[in-house]
Amino acid sequence: MKRYDLIVVGAGPAGLSASIEAAKRGLSVIVFDENAKPGGQLFKQIHKFFGSKEHKAKIRGFKIGEELLAEATKAGVEVMLNAAVAGLYLDKEITIQKDGEILHYKGDSIIVATGASENMVTFDGWTLPGVIGAGAAQTMMNLHHVKPGNKVLMLGSGNVGLVVSYQLLQAGCEVVAIVDALPRVGGYGVHAAKVARCGVPFYLSHTIVKAQGDGCVQKVSIQEVNASWNYVEGTKKEFEVDTICLAVGLSPMSQLLKMAGADMEENPAKGGTVPICDEFGETSIKGIFVAGDVSGIEEASSAMIEGRISGIAAAQYLGYISKEELTEQAKEQEKALQTLRQGMFGPQNRGKAITNTEEGYAISESLLNRGYIAEEEITRYPGVKKLKGIHPVIECSQNIPCNPCQDSCPKKIIQIGEKITSLPVVTEETACIGCGMCVASCSGQSIFLLDEKEAEGYTLITMPYEFLPLPEKGTKGIALDRSGKEVCTAVVENIKTVAAYDHTNLLTIQVPNEMGMKARFFKWKQEVV
Amino acid sequence: MRIEEHPILGKAEEKRVIEFYYDGNKMTGFEGEPIAMALEAAGVKIHRYTKKHHEPRGVFCAIGRCSDCVMVVDGKPNVRTCVTPLSEGMQVQTQYGVSAQE
Repeated sequence: MKRYDLIVVGAGPAGLSASIEAAKRGLSVIVFDENAKPGGQLFKQIHKFFGSKEHKAKIRGFKIGEELLAEATKAGVEVMLNAAVAGLYLDKEITIQKDGEILHYKGDSIIVATGASENMVTFDGWTLPGVIGAGAAQTMMNLHHVKPGNKVLMLGSGNVGLVVSYQLLQAGCEVVAIVDALPRVGGYGVHAAKVARCGVPFYLSHTIVKAQGDGCVQKVSIQEVNASWNYVEGTKKEFEVDTICLAVGLSPMSQLLKMAGADMEENPAKGGTVPICDEFGETSIKGIFVAGDVSGIEEASSAMIEGRISGIAAAQYLGYISKEELTEQAKEQEKALQTLRQGMFGPQNRGKAITNTEEGYAISESLLNRGYIAEEEITRYPGVKKLKGIHPVIECSQNIPCNPCQDSCPKKIIQIGEKITSLPVVTEETACIGCGMCVASCSGQSIFLLDEKEAEGYTLITMPYEFLPLPEKGTKGIALDRSGKEVCTAVVENIKTVAAYDHTNLLTIQVPNEMGMKARFFKWKQEVV
Repeated sequence: MRIEEHPILGKAEEKRVIEFYYDGNKMTGFEGEPIAMALEAAGVKIHRYTKKHHEPRGVFCAIGRCSDCVMVVDGKPNVRTCVTPLSEGMQVQTQYGVSAQE
């Protein structure tokens, strides 16, 4: 039996962060993970993260994973892979299953950072090959470069459903619909808007009735449900698909803690059965801590901060630092965590219907019901102004803790202010030089540059474009509006790809002046097969 | 189907192409990738049939949790193909109940 100061279960964002902080304070640390590679789900996240600089905002998830691994290696953290923790017993002894053997370890402290597992829903035909978890789609596309299918229906409009739908489009799949039984889009409006303008329809208050096919999925039918979850007659729709993705939430994987005898609670706001813990993540068993999704479903950024806090707390538990040092060192982290939990999607607002932003702007009904902001609603937001010359149009309409756009503008014409959840304001002075840094920095891809050439009779629209193949200058195509509807012909004026944009290409198209506030996506004339 | 070039991730890391057998037929895949990925890329969706009702099953979670994708690999049943690396000459067989078809 080998003994360590700290055993960490799970080498995802929370576990790695915890082990780094503990190792830096002198603890001997080992991390066990059942997977062949460390990083948990971080390496499947190819979108830019939200938040502020301190939260590594506008950096893509897999890059954050690489940074975290390098930091762990530098701190001297030992990671054992293909090692599934099978039991957590009295006196912090654990058993590991590795290479067909059971191994036995003891920690003087333990941090459980096992993360979460995907929920599923059952319907007629749900066991057919081709019905997969949204996480499975991410694993196939983003880790192994394999398309999960060609025509996909997504069930679930939370952030996972929306982000994975976009990733499916990036991988070259067709997303025929995003379906949700709830009457409103669950995830960030900006995530919904970026798939809606590509032409993906939203079917809210709808659920899957049946998946059919000979050996694998070939067809799926959906139907509207009313407020009491009964089918509405005559609303059935059918789609030919080869894949159905389920993105219907996550549940904490807290079984080890239950096994160890920690006090547990059933907490729907946290996603299921979770251990009761204090502000440092310590459970009812002294010296056993938790961090990340296992203690309540959030996202990777907060998991990393929780991990750091629990790692520092484990160091204090074993006497490597004093109680005062713990309070002092955890303070910064807690501040960062509180910031991430603000806004209309924060835990305190879960399940609430919010009709106005913190500033008092009405939330777009169309965004919640159809996935995009209607044209008549868009001008109410402070990032959307009609100005002379080139200027940003920021279609950001919900209070989310995120501010890279403010930092990105060299002319300081985008202002969010002290409160990170505030909607970005575009100032009246037209000092914009059209550098495009704001467009590329926006994790929600909601910033466009508009340049109305009144005399020439056309408007140039610059938009974020993360698809292949890249169109070239002069390429003719069709402009799509926010709903994905074709509105006019468009010609590519420019395509800009620089390292600072980090794979968000800036595509500038030329459209008639009256389309300046309508056109928001570009489609090639010939569909690329 | 493989993604040749990805707008964010670029081209896939080059790996050695190896041969393996799926139900006795020769196929190719990349060394070390999960068996399920080589099969998915080749369009194979059905990994096994359930014992009682003979229903098809395939990849569901792709991270080794659900056990829906198990197959008979080199004679050993119940191998989770989504987390088992592919190697040269591997014999991968559709699983019927808990064994390969006789």
